Amino acid sequence: MYQYDNYDQAMVDQRVAQYRDQTRRYLAGELTEEQFRPLRLMNGLYVQIHAPMLRVAVPYGLMSSKQVRKMADVSRRYDKGYIHFTTRTNFQLNWPALETVPDILAELASVQMHAIQSSGNCIRNTTSDQLAGVHAGEIEDPRPWCEIIRQWSTFHPEFAYLPRKFKIAVIGSEEDRAATQLHDIGLHLVKNHEGEVGFEVLVGGGLGRTPIVGQQIRPFLEKKDLLSYLEAILRVYNRLGRRDNKYKARIKITVREHGINHIRELVEAEWVQIREQLELDGKEIDRVKSHFIEPDYDATAAADDSFDKVLAEDDTFARWVKQNVIDHKVAGYKVAYISLKAPGVPPGDITSDQLDLVADLADEFSLGEIRASHNQNLLLSDVKQADLYALWLRLQAEGLATANINTLNDMICCPGLDFCGLANATSIPLAKEINERFDDLDYLYDLGDIKIKMSGCMNGCAHQSVGHIGILGVDKKGEEWYQFTVGGSSEADAEIGQRLGRAIPKDQVVETVVTLIDVFKELRHEDELFLATVRRVGVDPFKERVYADN
Amino acid sequence: MQIIKDREIVEDNWLHLDDEAALIAGNFTVSLARWQAEHETISKHESGLGLRLNGEDPLEEIVPDLASFSLIVLNFPAFTDGRCYSFARLLRDRYGYKGEIRAQGDILHDQLFYMTQCGINSFEMANQQRIADALPAFDDFSESYQTTVPKPDPLYRRR
Repeated sequence: MYQYDNYDQAMVDQRVAQYRDQTRRYLAGELTEEQFRPLRLMNGLYVQIHAPMLRVAVPYGLMSSKQVRKMADVSRRYDKGYIHFTTRTNFQLNWPALETVPDILAELASVQMHAIQSSGNCIRNTTSDQLAGVHAGEIEDPRPWCEIIRQWSTFHPEFAYLPRKFKIAVIGSEEDRAATQLHDIGLHLVKNHEGEVGFEVLVGGGLGRTPIVGQQIRPFLEKKDLLSYLEAILRVYNRLGRRDNKYKARIKITVREHGINHIRELVEAEWVQIREQLELDGKEIDRVKSHFIEPDYDATAAADDSFDKVLAEDDTFARWVKQNVIDHKVAGYKVAYISLKAPGVPPGDITSDQLDLVADLADEFSLGEIRASHNQNLLLSDVKQADLYALWLRLQAEGLATANINTLNDMICCPGLDFCGLANATSIPLAKEINERFDDLDYLYDLGDIKIKMSGCMNGCAHQSVGHIGILGVDKKGEEWYQFTVGGSSEADAEIGQRLGRAIPKDQVVETVVTLIDVFKELRHEDELFLATVRRVGVDPFKERVYADN
Repeated sequence: MQIIKDREIVEDNWLHLDDEAALIAGNFTVSLARWQAEHETISKHESGLGLRLNGEDPLEEIVPDLASFSLIVLNFPAFTDGRCYSFARLLRDRYGYKGEIRAQGDILHDQLFYMTQCGINSFEMANQQRIADALPAFDDFSESYQTTVPKPDPLYRRR
């Protein structure tokens, strides 16, 4: 993975010093609450219901074992012994004291981590595919491009005070595991007719209260022009984006109000002016790529026969492998998901002790690297199949071997009313109830992939509008109600889910999920997936049953 | 009033004229609306002339007039309004403006570094009492990854 040089390190160290001084000025009364707010936000510090919340960037979801150990250490010393992974592969500390945040940031800087631009109206952490570099169908590894974008976007002087936050995601294969079509800019590495690899550029996707699927602004962009094109889009948006209403300030609204064709004209006109100045040279591309070269995989890994043997002997292990382990592009290696959706645990949470274990396991079994996914799980991406059983036994001992990846229980869920100052309704306790209701694993596996996404308010942090089943908490005269949608997707077939009907009271949420699943089972053709069934039969059969009693 | 200009605290020798105020003998600035309405009269003025711009103004329209101004004042009604960062970049990079570019409005020292990178070289600080406290902020960072007005080559061409 990318290693900082002196320039990169100086930048994060100087940021810590700058933020230390800003915190000092705030505590000394030299900065008002209002003046301090955007400064702390640009360092990832929110003030929530119970305490501040610090969001730390994990660029494109990639972590070293050393970094994960530091995360364990920091969460133990400065917080309550756990952290939370988000859908944009950042992690959050839920209880840090405001005055210790500069110290936390200094600790993180010592392992090349930072909270820069993890909040605020600026360019946020760039995200990617958790299978980057290890997936067989890949056109090109997107991570070097993510790192190039990370550096370009870090402290970009012109784009620190945008109309609204700005998120970029990059993928290198046709499957979309990074919800790129729901990002302000989505970049897809593609091959053109001449066989050259470049980027398809999408713009104007987004979730929240106005979910919109991004549109193509350019079918093919040469790689060397990546930064100039991004800069052109950002400059047009910085000048044109609305600043009178924060709900209309995202680029998705700018694109909708002006039309994609007009936006394209403006961007291309800007781009030709700055194209040369910002051209990426081969030397820089090679420099960054040299940090992501393929490791020396063991050619004998595939010769192992112990894996098949133990699969046949241990059903519980076999079940975990079936659900949580996928093929690696190199024979004899596997990618193992570590589910952070264990029953009774808030989705995406992991304890300090578990983090230490994951770091150890990465060192022993997976080249010392750990990845976070958009679905709020972790992965070890380079495990020899012969090591999987030993890995699984260790994970199991620490409650990290829940075999539920991509099942209904692998929910994306925001912190909700229990932690978040914005929320209207609870989400974590409902996720727990759903999890308990669907506790039969074989039944879950039979249902196939079902993505439930649940948010406690319109801001939609859990991306409910693109859930196969989306659940949105709303406040009605002080009571918690839930608006259901079905048929959404954040993947290559991205679509915004359709409303099921009027909101449902809290005590009927779990029953409603059960009803939706029952209808699906009745209408399903053989092994058809939930999303396919919904798209085939439409929303009506589900609607009729859910609202039948009223 | 004191301002920061080219990293030093200096007395301001400019007056910002309201649209109704009579023209004066010394240096003054006018709004874009006034310039557009009275440019023939105003351009006969012998002292320094400055133009005040807001983020919603049509920057491209005044490009032919830029040579008339020795000062361009960019207004930041709230420091969260970042439109004029792009104005400064365009004035320097694209339109070759060499005169003074000044930030006015809600300016805290936390914005000075970025503003300088974008080509702004003078600052009317919101807090006149603590103006000297702001000076170290120009050195918050020793490098930038991006192309900037002080260093037009991005870091990747220099590392």
